[in-house]
Amino acid sequence: MNFKKILPQLLTLVVVILVFGFFSYNAQVNMENRGITFGYGFLTQESSFDVQFSLIEYDGSHSYFRAYLVGLLNTILVSVIGIIFATIIGVVVGIARLSSNYLIERTAAIYVEFFRNIPLLLQIFFWYFAALRALPLPEKAEPMFGVFFLTIKGFFIPAFIWNNLDIFIYSVIAAIIAIFFVRAYAKKKQENQGTQTPVLLISIGLLIILPLLSFLLGGVDASIEIPVIEQLSKTSFTYKGGLKLPPELISLALALSLYTATFIAECVRAGVQGVSKGQKEAAASIGLTPNQVLKLVVMPQALRIIIPPTTNQYLNLTKNSSLAAAIAYPDLVLVFAGTALMQTGRAIEIVSITMLTYLTLSITISIFMNWYNKKIAIKEK
Amino acid sequence: MNKLNFLSPDKNNLYAYLYSGISLFSISILIVFLNSFFSLDLTSFLPGTISYFLPLIIGFIALHLIRIEYSGIKFLDIVNKNINTNNFNALLSLLIIFAVIKSLPPLLSWFIIDANFAGDSKDACSGSGACWAYIKTWFNRFMYGMYPNAEQWRINLSFIALAFLGGVGFFATEKFKKYLTLYYVVVYPVIAFLFIFFFISGGPIFFDFSYGIIAAVISIVIGFFIPSKFKMYYFLIIPITIYILLKYVFFYEELIELGKIQAFEWVETGAWGGLSLTFIVSFFCLIFCFPVGLFLSLGRRSDLPIIKYISIGFIEFWRGVPLITVLFMSSVMFPMFLPEDMFIDKLVRVIIAISLFEAAYVAEVIRGGLQALPRGQYDAAKSLGMGYWKMHIFVILPQALKLVIPGIANTFLALVKDTPLIFVVGLLEIVGMLNLAKTNPEWLGFAMEGYVFASIVFFIICYAMSKYSYNLEQKYKTER
Repeated sequence: MNFKKILPQLLTLVVVILVFGFFSYNAQVNMENRGITFGYGFLTQESSFDVQFSLIEYDGSHSYFRAYLVGLLNTILVSVIGIIFATIIGVVVGIARLSSNYLIERTAAIYVEFFRNIPLLLQIFFWYFAALRALPLPEKAEPMFGVFFLTIKGFFIPAFIWNNLDIFIYSVIAAIIAIFFVRAYAKKKQENQGTQTPVLLISIGLLIILPLLSFLLGGVDASIEIPVIEQLSKTSFTYKGGLKLPPELISLALALSLYTATFIAECVRAGVQGVSKGQKEAAASIGLTPNQVLKLVVMPQALRIIIPPTTNQYLNLTKNSSLAAAIAYPDLVLVFAGTALMQTGRAIEIVSITMLTYLTLSITISIFMNWYNKKIAIKEK
Repeated sequence: MNKLNFLSPDKNNLYAYLYSGISLFSISILIVFLNSFFSLDLTSFLPGTISYFLPLIIGFIALHLIRIEYSGIKFLDIVNKNINTNNFNALLSLLIIFAVIKSLPPLLSWFIIDANFAGDSKDACSGSGACWAYIKTWFNRFMYGMYPNAEQWRINLSFIALAFLGGVGFFATEKFKKYLTLYYVVVYPVIAFLFIFFFISGGPIFFDFSYGIIAAVISIVIGFFIPSKFKMYYFLIIPITIYILLKYVFFYEELIELGKIQAFEWVETGAWGGLSLTFIVSFFCLIFCFPVGLFLSLGRRSDLPIIKYISIGFIEFWRGVPLITVLFMSSVMFPMFLPEDMFIDKLVRVIIAISLFEAAYVAEVIRGGLQALPRGQYDAAKSLGMGYWKMHIFVILPQALKLVIPGIANTFLALVKDTPLIFVVGLLEIVGMLNLAKTNPEWLGFAMEGYVFASIVFFIICYAMSKYSYNLEQKYKTER
C-alpha cells in the first residue's frame, strides 16, 4: 500500500463521516428542542384520518402502519395497471415504428415524440383537471354496453361476487405452474428430437380448463353485480354496487402508461432492429418458415436487448407513480409522507421509511435484472 | 385489349385499373371530407352500418385496384411501396387517412375558428372554442410568476445577457478554442450565478477579492516548499482553507462593507416563478449535475475500495428513490439536519436536491461510456507514462463522453421535464402557475387552454433539445 492510494480514501472517508456527524448532531439537537424522541413507536398509534380509496379495510381507528400499507397497496395497484397498459401500447407502437407503411410509421413516431417531450406531471394534470372534468355527471352518463358508466365521479364497472374465490385462485396458479412444465418439456423435446409442440394452444387450453373445472367441481360461483344509479340528495347522484375506479386512479394510470409506453416503444424498436439481418437470412436459408424465424431466431435475440431497458422503464413508472400526490390519489407518498407526516411531525422517520420502501423495491428489481442478464447473456466460447 | 380481371389487377390494363381506382379513392375521400367538414351525409339513403363503412369499403377496393407492381409510373410505385403493400397495410392506411380528416375540423375549430383571441376578461370567451384571451391575460404570470411587473425587465436583461455570453463559444477564434471548456465549466456558471443573484434576486455582491488574493499569495509562497508529489492535494485544500479562515474566522466587517454593491430591490425567491424559474432551475441543475456525475462515475470505477463503495452507495441511493420524495426530504427533513440558526433558501435546496438526483443518473450514463472503451486505450495511455488524471483528461474522457452524448442529452431532457415537481416545496414554475390561475374565481373553467399552452411550450423546448443533441452526436461521431 502506498501513500498515494490511502490519502484520497482517508480524506473522502473523513469528509463523509464529518458530514454525517454534522447532520446527525443537528438532528439530535433540533429534536431535543422540539421535544420529539426518535423512534418508530408511533406506527402502532391510532391514525385518526381517513383515506378516500383503499384496497384493504381502513378507517381512522386503524394504526399508522395500516395507513402505510394502504398507501403501499395503492402505489402497487396503479403501478401494475400502468405497467400492463404501457407494455401493450409500447409493444404495438414499437412494432408500428418498424412498419414499412409510411403512414403508420409516421403516426407512431408522432405519438412517441409528442408524449415523451411533455412532462409527466403536466400530462397527469391534463387528464385529471381538463380531460376527465369534461365527462358527464352521474345522472347524465350514457351507459357503455349497458353496464359501464364513465362519469365525472369515476368509472363504474360491474363487479364479480365470488364464492370460494381462493379455490379459483389456486386453480389459476396450478394452471400457470402446469404451463411452466409444458414449456420446459416442449423445449427439451425440441432440443432432443427437433419436433415442435403447440405450446401456445396447450397453454390457453390449460388456462381455460383448470379454472373451468374449479367452477364445475370446486364449488366456485361468481355472479355479476351491475352498478345502479342512486340519489344521495336532491342534486347529488352516485352509483351503488359494482366497482368504482376513482378519476384520480384513471388519470394517473392513463398518463403513466401513455408516457412510459413511448420509452418502451423505443426499447422494442431498438431491440428488433438490433437483430442483424444475417440472422434472419440464415434462419430462412435453413428452411424455417417466416413464423418460425420470428419465434425461434428473431424474438429470443430481440428480447435479450429489449428486456433490461424495459424493466428499467417499469421501475421508472413505479417511481413516477409517486406523482399521485399532485392530484390527491392516496398513494404511499400522499398518505404516508403527506397526511401522516403532517399529523405526527415525524419527518425523519416517515421520509426514511418512504425512501427505504422505494429503495427496497428498486434494489430488488435491479438484483433480479442482474441475475436475469447473466442468465440470458450470450455464452461465448 | 386484354380481359379485365378486377380481382388481380395487372400491368396490361394499367390505365383502366388506375382510372377506376383513382376515381373510387377520390369518392371515398370526398364522402369522408364532406361528412366531417360540412356534416353532409352523401350516403344517408343507405342503412346505418353500411353507410358508416361505405367509404372504407370503396377506398379498400380502390387501393386494391391500383396495387400494380412495377407499373412504370413513378408516383404510383412510391404510393404502392409506402402505404399499399398488401390488404392489411391498405386498410390501416385508409383508417389513418380517415381519422386525420375526421379529427381536423374539431381541432381546427377549437384552436382557431371558434377560439377567442381578443378581450381581457372571462366574458370575452363565449365561443365553444379555446379561450386564448386567458393565456394572453395571464401570459406575464406564466412567464415570470409573482415577480413584480415593474421589475420584470431584470429577468429579461439577465437572460439575454446570459444567452449572449453562452453563445460566445460560437464566435471564438482558433486561438481561444482551447479555453472554451474552462470557460463553460468554471467561468460561465459563476457569471450566471452572479447575474441571477445580482439582477433577478437583487442581492448584494461582495467583491471579496481581498481575501482571495491574500489566500492565493500565501498558498503560492508555501507551495514552493512542498514536494511536487503532494502539490495537487495541497493546491486543492490549502487555498480554500485559508480563504475560509480569513473570511469567517478572522472576520473583517469593514472589508466586506467596502466591496458591497447592491443596486436593485430584493425579490424573494418565493415570488419567482413561471417559465423563467423553469429555466433557472434547469440551468443550474444542468451545470451542477454534470461534474458531480462525472466524479461519481470515475469513483465507481476506481481501484480504491472506500471511494468505490461510497460512490456505489450514493448512486444507487439516488437512483432508487423517486424525485418527489427527495424534494419532500429537502423541504421537511433537511431543515432538521441543519443548525437552528442556519437557513438555506428553498430554491437553493431544490437545486441541490435535483442536481444530486440527476447526477446519479449522469454518473451511470458516463460509466456506460467508460466501460465501452476498449482496454487498449487505458493500457496505451499508461504505457506513455500518464498518471490517473492525465490519462482520464486527455485520453479516456474525450472518447467516453463522445460516446454518451445521447444518454446525457436524455438525462438533461428528463431533468427539464422534472422541474415542474418543485411545486412540492411551494415554488410555482409554469405548471404550478397554471394550477394557480385555474383556481382564480374570475377565470374558472379554462384548465384545458392552460395545459395545452404549457404542453406546447415544453414540447418546443424538449424537442429542440433532442434535435440539438442529435446534431451534436452526428458532429462528434468518429469511426472506430
